[in-house]
This record gives sequence, C-alpha cells and structure tokens, in this order.
Amino acid sequence: MANQNIEQNTDHSEVELQAMNVKKPSPWKDFYKRLKRNKAALIGFYTIVFLSIVSIVGPFLLSMDPSDVDVINKFSRPSAEHWFGTDHMGRDIFTRIVYGMKYTLGVGFGSVFLGAIMGVPLGIVAGYYGGRIDNFIMRLIDILLAFPGILLALAIVSILGGSLVNVTIAVAIYAIPGFARIVRGSTLAAKKLEYVDAIRALGSSDLRIIFKHILPNVSSPVIVNATLYIASAILTAAGLSFLGMGAQPPMPEWGAMLNDGRDYIFDAGYIAFFPGMAIVIVVLAFNIFGDGLRDALDPKLKN
Amino acid sequence: MSTNESILEVTDLRTSFFTEGGEVKAVDGVTFDVPAGKTLGIVGESGSGKSITAMSILQLISHPGKIKGGEIKFRGKNLLDLSEKEMRKIRGNQISMIFQEPMTSLNPTYTVGQQIRESYKIHQGLGKKEGSKRAIEMLKLVGIPSPEKRLDQYPFELSGGMRQRVMIAMALACKPDLLIADEPTTALDVTIQAQILELIKELQDELGMSVVMITHDLGVVAETCDYVAVMYCGKVVEYADVRTLFKNPRHPYTVGLLKSLPRSDRDQEELTPIKGTVPSPDEMPVGCRFAPRCPFATNLCHEKLPSLDDVGDGEQIRCWIYTDEWNGDPGVKVYEPERTTEG
Amino acid sequence: MTTYIIRRLFQLIPVLFGVTLLVFLLMHLTPGNPAQLIAGETASQSTIERIEVSMGLNDPLPVQYVNFVTDVAQLDFGYSYRNNTPVFEEIKPRFWITMELAIYSTILSIFIGLIAGIVSAVRQYSVRDVTIMIIALFGMSMPNFWLGLMLMNWFSIQLGWFPPTGWGSAGQVVLPVITLGTAGAAVIARMTRSSMLDVISQDYIRTARAKGVHEQIVIYRHALKNALIPVVTVVGLQFGTLLAGTVLTETVFSINGLGRLVIDSIMARDFPVVQACILIISVIFVVVNLIVDISYTLLNKRIDMD
Repeated sequence: MANQNIEQNTDHSEVELQAMNVKKPSPWKDFYKRLKRNKAALIGFYTIVFLSIVSIVGPFLLSMDPSDVDVINKFSRPSAEHWFGTDHMGRDIFTRIVYGMKYTLGVGFGSVFLGAIMGVPLGIVAGYYGGRIDNFIMRLIDILLAFPGILLALAIVSILGGSLVNVTIAVAIYAIPGFARIVRGSTLAAKKLEYVDAIRALGSSDLRIIFKHILPNVSSPVIVNATLYIASAILTAAGLSFLGMGAQPPMPEWGAMLNDGRDYIFDAGYIAFFPGMAIVIVVLAFNIFGDGLRDALDPKLKN
Repeated sequence: MSTNESILEVTDLRTSFFTEGGEVKAVDGVTFDVPAGKTLGIVGESGSGKSITAMSILQLISHPGKIKGGEIKFRGKNLLDLSEKEMRKIRGNQISMIFQEPMTSLNPTYTVGQQIRESYKIHQGLGKKEGSKRAIEMLKLVGIPSPEKRLDQYPFELSGGMRQRVMIAMALACKPDLLIADEPTTALDVTIQAQILELIKELQDELGMSVVMITHDLGVVAETCDYVAVMYCGKVVEYADVRTLFKNPRHPYTVGLLKSLPRSDRDQEELTPIKGTVPSPDEMPVGCRFAPRCPFATNLCHEKLPSLDDVGDGEQIRCWIYTDEWNGDPGVKVYEPERTTEG
Repeated sequence: MTTYIIRRLFQLIPVLFGVTLLVFLLMHLTPGNPAQLIAGETASQSTIERIEVSMGLNDPLPVQYVNFVTDVAQLDFGYSYRNNTPVFEEIKPRFWITMELAIYSTILSIFIGLIAGIVSAVRQYSVRDVTIMIIALFGMSMPNFWLGLMLMNWFSIQLGWFPPTGWGSAGQVVLPVITLGTAGAAVIARMTRSSMLDVISQDYIRTARAKGVHEQIVIYRHALKNALIPVVTVVGLQFGTLLAGTVLTETVFSINGLGRLVIDSIMARDFPVVQACILIISVIFVVVNLIVDISYTLLNKRIDMD
C-alpha cells in the first residue's frame, strides 16, 4: 500500500512538471494587466508618449523660432503673447522649451540605449561564464562606480570637450555599471534554472543558450532599469549643460537655458523657472512609469 | 459540554478580507467551544480559515482583514467588546499564541533574553534582573540546556527546534489560561515534532491551561487533542470528541480526510484522496461548501447550506445527511471502514 | 568577521589602482600639451622642452604613473597651472567647505527621509502616505540646481531671509543644504517606507503583537531596527551622490568649495587641480562605501545566517 502511495505521488509530480514545461503562461499578458491597474504608471506612460509627439510635431506648429532675437521685448514676463515670457535676448521661452524637448528626450533615450548596449553584454558574459572573466569585469565596474554621481560624466566631458553628443556618451558610460550589475544578477539566476542545465547537456551552444534562454529572462529588469535610468540620465545631462559642459548656446537645451536663467535670477526668476519645470515633468513621468513597470514586473515588491 | 466548563466559546465568528476582487469570507460563521483544561484541535486544509480563526481570537487580523461579527467569549467575557488596550492585556498574558514558522517568528535583532523579558515587562512590570531570572526558569521548563547562556544569544544561533522551544517559553512566560498553537510542528523535523508536541502536553498538565491546536495533520490531532473541530471553507463542518471523530466520523469531508490518512490500527486496501480541490473564494458554492466534492451530494446539498446541528453526545454536524430533510441514500449515515474497498 | 574586513580591504586595491589610473590618464588623454599650458601660448620651444623634462613628461607612461601615485600618496598633487601654487594648498581650505556641505546635507536627508518613510509606512495608503510619496517623487525628479535657483529666488531675493550666495554664516548654510539634501531625503524616504512595509509583514512582528506589545513599540522597536538595515546601504550611496552634487550646488550658490574648483579648473584646463579634486572625492566615496558595506554586513549577519 505504501508503495502504491509513493508511486501515485511521483506520477502526480511528473504530470505537474510536464504541465509546467509545456504550458508556460505568458508573463507579458499578466504584466500588462497589472500595469493597466496602476493609474500613476499609465499617466507617466501617456505623458512620455505625449511629450515625444510634441518634441517631433511641436516645432512645426509654432509660429516663432527658438533663436529669434527680439531685443525690444527682452525680459518680458509671461503673457498671452509669450506664454512663458522671453529671455535676456527676447527669445520666446515657450518656443525654446518645445524645441528643446527633443534634445532632452534624445540624450535620455540615447545615453541609456548606449549604456545598455555596453552594459548588458558585460553583465551577461560576467554572469554566464563566471570565474576570472566575471571577476575582471566586475572589478572594472567597481572602478566606474568609484566615481560618484555626476563626477564620472564630468571627468569624461572634460576630456572629450563640451557638446551634447559628448554628454550623451559620458552619461552612457556612467550608465554601464547599473546595467551590467542587474544583468549579471539575472543571468546568474537564469543560469541556475534547471532547464538551462538540461539544454546545455543536450549540446546547445553557449550563444544559443544566451540568446534563447538567458536574454528573455534578463529583458524585464533591463527595461525597468532603463526607464528609471532615463530619468537620472536627463538630470545628469541637464546638470552638465547647466555647468556649461554640455549643450552650448544658443542651443535651446533646457539645462543650458537654466544656465542663462541663473545670470538673471535676481531680476527675472521666471527665465529659470520654466525650463526647470519642464525637466521636472519629464523626469517625473519616467520615474512614475518606471516605478509602475517595476511593480508590475515584480509583484512581490508590490506593497 | 455546558457553558460553565468552557474557557472559550466562539459563536458565529465571521472574518473577511476586503481585496480588489471583493470580499473573501475567510471565516464564515465559525462556532466552537474550548473546554477548560482540555485541548481542542482545529483541523482543515490550507485555506479552510483555521489560522484566521486563531488570529481572530487574539484580534491580530490586520488590513485588509476585518472581524465582521460574532462572539468570542473568554471566561464569559466577549473579547470583541474590549478596547485595544484591554485586549493587549490579554495577549501574551491570558491567551498566548505560538506560530508555524519558528525560523522567522523571532525577531532577528533582539536576543532571546530580551524577547522573553519583554513579556514580563509588559504584563508584570518586571525589570531586567527579575525578568532574566524568570526567563531562565521558563527556558529550563521548556527543556533548553544551559539557559543562562541562551539568554544572550540571537535567534540565528539556535536550531529550528530550539527556536520553537524559545517561542513556547515566550508564550507561556506569563502562565496563560489558553494557548493557541498554530501548526506548531509543521516546519520541524519529524523527531523534533514529537518532542515539541510532548512538551506542549506536559506543560499543559503542569500549568493547567487549555490549548487550541491548529493543524492540518490528523496524526497530531490523534496524539494531542481531546476535542476536534473540522473546518472546511471557513465553516466548522464537524465538532466531536476525538475518540468519536476517529471511530465514527460522520461528515463526508471528515470521512474523506480519514480515508486519505494511512492508519496502523486498521487494514486498508488503499488510500483514497478526496476528489477535486478546495473551491476558490470567487466560486464558492451556494449550498454546502463541500457538495462539489462530496460523493453523496444531492440537489439539496448543492442548493441549500446545511446548519451546524447537535446530533447528540455533544457532537455537531453540518450536513444534510443527518437531517430529516435528507432524501438521498439512507445507507450513507454511518462510516464503515469496509466501504473503502468498494471505491 | 575580521577576515571579511581584510578581504574587503584587499578588494579596495584594484579599485584604487583603477581610479588613480583613470585620473592619471585624464591628463594624457586630453588634447594639448601640459608643458605648453604651463608655459603659455607664447613660450619658446626651449622653455616648453625644459618644462617637459622637469615634469618628467618624456618618461615612459608607466614610470610617470608610478611617480604620480607615489606623489599622490604623499598628498603631493603637483602645481596648479593657473597660479603655480601647490595643488594641495589650493584644495585644503575648500575641502572642508565641501565636506561640511555634504555632511550637513546627508544629516538632513537622513533625518527627513527616515521620519517621512516611517510615517508613510505606518499608515499605508492613507492620505498622509500618498502625500509624502508624491512629494518624494517630486524631490527625486527635481534637478537640484534648479531647486537651488528657485529657493534662492524665493527666500533670498523675494523674502530676503537668507543671503543668496556664499558659505560660512548660519544663514548661508540653510539653502544650499536644503538644495543638496532634498533628493537624498526623497530616496531615503522611499527606501525606508518599502523596507518598513516589508518588515511589518514579517512573522516576528506578528509574534510581538501576540505578546501584547503596544503597537507603537512594535513599530518603533521591533520593526524599525530591522527596517533600517537596508536603508544603511542607500545612505552610503546617497553620500556619494551628494558629494558629487556639491559641484552643482556650489555653482548655484557661488560657494568656494571643491565642486566649484573642479568646474573652474576644467574651464581653465588646470588639470592637476581637476585630477586632485576628482581623486579626493572618489577616494572619500570609496572609503565611505567600504565602511557602510562593513556595517551593513555586521548588522545583517543575524539575518543572513538563516
């Protein structure tokens, strides 16, 4: 009898195992359902979409040019004609902010994309191969992490020279450690899954395993990290431009506009107010969308 | 049993959780008595509401859960009428609780001594010196070797069995009248399980307390309990003294549970698991909760919920079979072990 | 534990090697001849050559690197191109200003962050919780230099409560510290909240409640002690971000600290000063993180052993 019982149990668990392998529920559907329930995340997402559209279409809808100098109307306070007022050269601040949107979003997406392209492979290689390679890569990452915050980007820009492209590169390098670390962790976790061992035993090549089995497991944390990282990339880039190390005048980049505004903070505070507010809105949108993504992808963290 | 012998009388207790998907009635009209000095077992599968019942007695249900109604009379006083402050004086003092997970139930950042002393400080106002003395006595009582040394150790320095002993020492520190043990041995090794159960029994005799033993393990019930309440989907379906329950189970669910348990005192051809699964909260049957899995269920069972009725000898059953309205097979009323061979 | 600390100290070696190497290369990767920069644009070829020799610029790079590290270990960072004064002397007075700014801001962000996080977690989803979390999100999403400008505009220029620039007097400290501490406070508040919520659902909290412990004591003794452990790491990382953030804050408030010195020196291509500043800030950050890591492990030992 006892034997029978044990047999029954094993049958049962085998069936269960099979069921698990055959019928893998789509995680994305589930994820989308959870995301849809998170109102804040949706607001963030729609804001990002809206701002992206504005950054492309906006300039065509405006009657003014961001570099139209109008000395007579300089320092005009916000009015019906100049919604956000004009700056020290009489340029329309609203127009400049709309034109500047694409630089902000461009630096944000661009640097994170570049950072991911460099960081993700590093993380996968470190996690997948382990041992000395892992050790070496992680020590390199440690070195990059030793320069806190904006400092690394600042050092890089001081070598490369100040321009928006160089800022993008600098911020991308500053993003590498984050991606590499997260991806390494997920790779290690994915490698531990039994089926990966089984597949390797069947003679799959490393490359195939990485692309077919590791990468899908790594993608969701990468997406969450990327979204949240865009927020801080935008802040860092704006900071560099504010310091005069990034976008150069007369480019209507928001950080550079704040740098201009700083000189007139005593007489015309609104010049600095609006570009900063624009940065806050964009960064806020990415932050709440990223938070929502993270909650949706990791329901355990949802409190 | 009559009222004056009972230390705890739970009547029509209802506890619900209010989630996004709606109300989940975890405990749905539970009624039982705990006779003074005796042990009541509450048995059921996971999700039957047995742990929530225990947490409700001490009013430890937190958001989004809520005790919706009923009565919990402890020594004749309804606990649900007490203020939070009055309730705190009862917790850990007159009614104590031990939990399933000894590994995680002790605070990792405080020493064993600090955690036991806290009970003495709260309920008896004892200082560190006197508290330590009592704590050492308690640790000795629960069979922990060199208790003086353990006092300054952190939980991570103890094994699972030792931690559960510490939990028991902590729970019994103020000599409670009632101990609620929520699956106290489930997480432990089999050999340790027996020791812990034995310890609880010994201490019960020594301190003259009553015990509510919550478990899914009928073996534990057989060993430790005097009375048993069988729970299914938030309701008590059978209440009997332990001998009657094992010898003459009446509710088809209890019968099913016993049939799926290997027994040494009887010849069994095979073990028969109960068919189907526990219904999820959003598809709870309107009639008898067990009807979809019950081999004897009739239309009546599917349509109307039976009440928990006395059937004599202090036994209570929630099943249409034992009522006058029963119109199914009259032969199902008595559990006969031989029947198992047919199925 | 001692072995762990020793191992961590050993791990410091490659990091310090890498940091010094990168900072050393900073000078060599930058276009332009340092000797030319020192001598000025009109200097003769022979002057430049003389300077090259005296600075050892013709030595092989590895030799130059070893010399650089040896000098740095003795706090000799060379001479400023601009003023021809020892870099160390340039840095010394400014270093303490920046440390003060960073430390005050860290204290502020820990203080506000912890209180806000706890208050939020205790009443999850209450109006108070939601309000605090929205403010924290804003705090995280604001460029601190913009916040600084706005605070300056409002409190210094409009209301005249605080001097708009400088560092030293009590009034001058207020706005820069708020500017620099806000983002950190927001991050710490969020971290504290989620850590508290995590701890509050633990079994041992239920045990404490079952013992009859007052809810206040459950929260502030049983839960908080455990919840603070992960927050420690965040505080360490925040300190680094804050240290780097002084670059922006000092620029906004015209504070003569290390951060502003970096910017001015980059602008003037005064690389010995840039090197020294970046090196000092990074080393402080690395050391602080090491201390934080070790204390985290000490605190966490009890839990990790499970």
